[in-house]
Amino acid sequence: MSEPILELNGLGKTFEADGNRVVALSDVSLTFARGGCHAIVGESGSGKTTLANLVLGLMAPTAGEMRFNSVALPGDRGKGHRRAIQLVQQNPLSALNPRRTIGASVRLPLDVHEIGTSSGRAARVAELLQEVGLEPDYAQRSPRGLSGGQRQRVAIARALACEPELIVLDEPTSALDVLVQARVLKLLERLRVEHGLTYLFITHDLAVVRAIATTVSVFQRGRLVESGPVEALFAAPQADYTRQLIGAVPVVTEEEARLRDAIRAGAPMPAAGPGA
Amino acid sequence: MAAPSAPAGGNKPRSKALAAFFGNPLSVLGLAIVTVIVLLSVFADWLTPYPEHVGPIGDFAAMNMPPDETYRLGTDTMGRDLFTRIVYGYQLSLIMAVVVLSIATPVGVVVGLVAGYKGGWIDYALMRITDIFLAVPPLVLAMAIMGFLQPTLMNGMLAITAMWWPWYARLIYNVTRAEAQEGYVLAAETVGASTAHILFREILPNCWPSILTKMTLDIGFVILMASSLSFLGLGVQPPTPDLGSMVAEGAKYMPDAWWLSVWPAIAILIVVLGFNLVGDGLREAFEAES
Amino acid sequence: MTREPVLTIRDLHLAFGRWGRKSNVLHGISLHVGAGEKVALVGESGSGKSVTARLAMGLLQESRATHATGSIRFDGIEAVKGGPEIARRRGNRVAMIFQDPTSALNPTFKIRGQFREVLRSAEPRLSDAEADRRAEAALAEVSIPDPARALDSYAFQLSGGMNQRVMIAMALANRPELLIADEPGTALDVTVQAQTLKLMGDLAATRGTAVLLISHNLGVVREFADRVYVIYRGRMVEHATTKQLFAAPRHPYTQALLSAIPKISGGGLPDLPERSPDFERPLIVHEGCGEPAEVV
Repeated sequence: MSEPILELNGLGKTFEADGNRVVALSDVSLTFARGGCHAIVGESGSGKTTLANLVLGLMAPTAGEMRFNSVALPGDRGKGHRRAIQLVQQNPLSALNPRRTIGASVRLPLDVHEIGTSSGRAARVAELLQEVGLEPDYAQRSPRGLSGGQRQRVAIARALACEPELIVLDEPTSALDVLVQARVLKLLERLRVEHGLTYLFITHDLAVVRAIATTVSVFQRGRLVESGPVEALFAAPQADYTRQLIGAVPVVTEEEARLRDAIRAGAPMPAAGPGA
Repeated sequence: MAAPSAPAGGNKPRSKALAAFFGNPLSVLGLAIVTVIVLLSVFADWLTPYPEHVGPIGDFAAMNMPPDETYRLGTDTMGRDLFTRIVYGYQLSLIMAVVVLSIATPVGVVVGLVAGYKGGWIDYALMRITDIFLAVPPLVLAMAIMGFLQPTLMNGMLAITAMWWPWYARLIYNVTRAEAQEGYVLAAETVGASTAHILFREILPNCWPSILTKMTLDIGFVILMASSLSFLGLGVQPPTPDLGSMVAEGAKYMPDAWWLSVWPAIAILIVVLGFNLVGDGLREAFEAES
Repeated sequence: MTREPVLTIRDLHLAFGRWGRKSNVLHGISLHVGAGEKVALVGESGSGKSVTARLAMGLLQESRATHATGSIRFDGIEAVKGGPEIARRRGNRVAMIFQDPTSALNPTFKIRGQFREVLRSAEPRLSDAEADRRAEAALAEVSIPDPARALDSYAFQLSGGMNQRVMIAMALANRPELLIADEPGTALDVTVQAQTLKLMGDLAATRGTAVLLISHNLGVVREFADRVYVIYRGRMVEHATTKQLFAAPRHPYTQALLSAIPKISGGGLPDLPERSPDFERPLIVHEGCGEPAEVV
């Protein structure tokens, strides 16, 4: 459990355009244990999306390095790394090609990485669909008739098809309704345990973090503010910013409200003022 | 096979698009016009009264006859049946349109896809070349090319093709730029799919509605352009029946022998209108689909 | 309560489509919002909550494909079908704020011009100087630090939170009696969202504005509202004060929603079906939440 799958050492990303320098991520050092669900939390501009893009190899870091299974991750990814690190996106409506069938979308990674025999791939697609709770006959359908939750399940099946070690989940349930979200989170949790997957769970929803994550890293304006096991963070958040974030969560039970207010009391909310 | 258990079928959008197309009387009218013209052109040898009038023959006894019982639309200065020659003019126009578009479209589409997806200097280089072509008025460009070359059918098609592909490049470039932002492209990238797969299997299928709509509209415009060139004497040469040359030739005899230019002109109008109506109908149908 | 509620909706039905292919969207929605009251209408996507708000605003285009029956009463104005009539007569007395403030503002004009336009829709003869004075006051009221500078900005130059406040200031500039907020700040960060809700709550308290909040987020509803309607597939299923609803939800659908929401106090996630036939059970009204009797 404690063997690290991904290590970030002094990772940084600075964008430069037209003489403007924007530091999106600065000096981040973190170690992610294999088999965990690691939440990356922050508001817009916190750098959490940049971090995801760096891990996925969609952009190259400007400082520091990443190690995957103790081997340095190159900026230009080979097929092996592409296969081992997968992505589930936020918006299920755009994540599936409207003019390709569900089956074609799920099959793509099998063809790209030549997984199984070409005749066995249709059967594998059916298996994957069942694994995420969809009937095998969805393979022939267009994504147009599917609900957001069903589409997100297809996207998860597609990521699973790669037999990845690490999946970056970029706000995977924030576009879904509450009841659907609960089921998709359950599915993700089950798959993690059954397949020994590691998740990098990008989110702004602290309640979701509490429900599913094993560790949390809080980001603010490109910097790592606080990181630790999820229980410890909710029991005794160290950084003022973390307390502020938890203090702003809209909650639905008395118990939550007490916890939140206690945490908020540790760090008074800033007045609604400039720069918001 | 598992029984179709879950709700909401997958092919509904297509039937919605069909319903939208056929629910519009103008699209149906356009389709009818196009069908009649295509059938006439394909079976011209059997459907025209004087198929031999295509060639360089003359019947001086029947010169410049106004429309009557024998020659429904009258005869030309060589005594040839105008209806027959218009039908063969359609045939030639359609062949030209098909040839021009079947070269211009793939070229333009590939340029647009690559430039739109790759970005960077490839985008810059390809799109500047495209812009240069687009900056010159089409007819002027075609005339310039024809000035260098012999006015033959082949060269006419070449000239029109040269000025036609940039429009497809521009169109597909814009569609590709938008589609490249979609999550399914990112998904294909993170899965490790090749650029060729992403361009031709992921993005291209989403360009088809735009391509088909534009091609349909363009058949009419290519015919118009070809007619304009031959009207100016830069296109197909006699005795090949061409609608543009027929209008130009007949204009010399206005207004006495009005039928010489009026019928071919109306013929051009009808074919352009027909393809435009179908193109507009397709556009609306594709919009209804999504 | 002795006065008639600011907004009363009774037995509202709505269907889209024509030639027998009608799909029913609302099946008899009733709700009311009184002066100074903060009421929430909560439901999932596709439940009909937003379409109800748009009908009440008269923003729904009336066409042969739209079939609405029932009653929408705004401050004594009866408009069965919403539509242009209510839109015209409600004038500036009803205001609406939307989910994404940046897209609701025109990107090609400075805030100053847009604000003048809003103010002049109520008072066409307002001078530039007077309009700007009022705009600055309105922006200061929503805690914008430098109103004059904000007026000379374009929407894209301001942050999401600032735009949201500009939207609220505009919405409230003409002192509306009713404010309808459709998922305000959902596109924004939680801290900004919290500020937005606080601002709306203050205005209800100090000015007696009636606020109808449309939301899918039960947490936001609990923070903000006095009273809650829960809508499911075009039908009201539960109506209660916020205290009653969150302490003891009685409808199976509301119960499922509440238990499906992850909690910051822990407890993981419950095993729940996505849909259950129990969710279709009839409306449950808690004590003290009946229809106002004096509506004629």
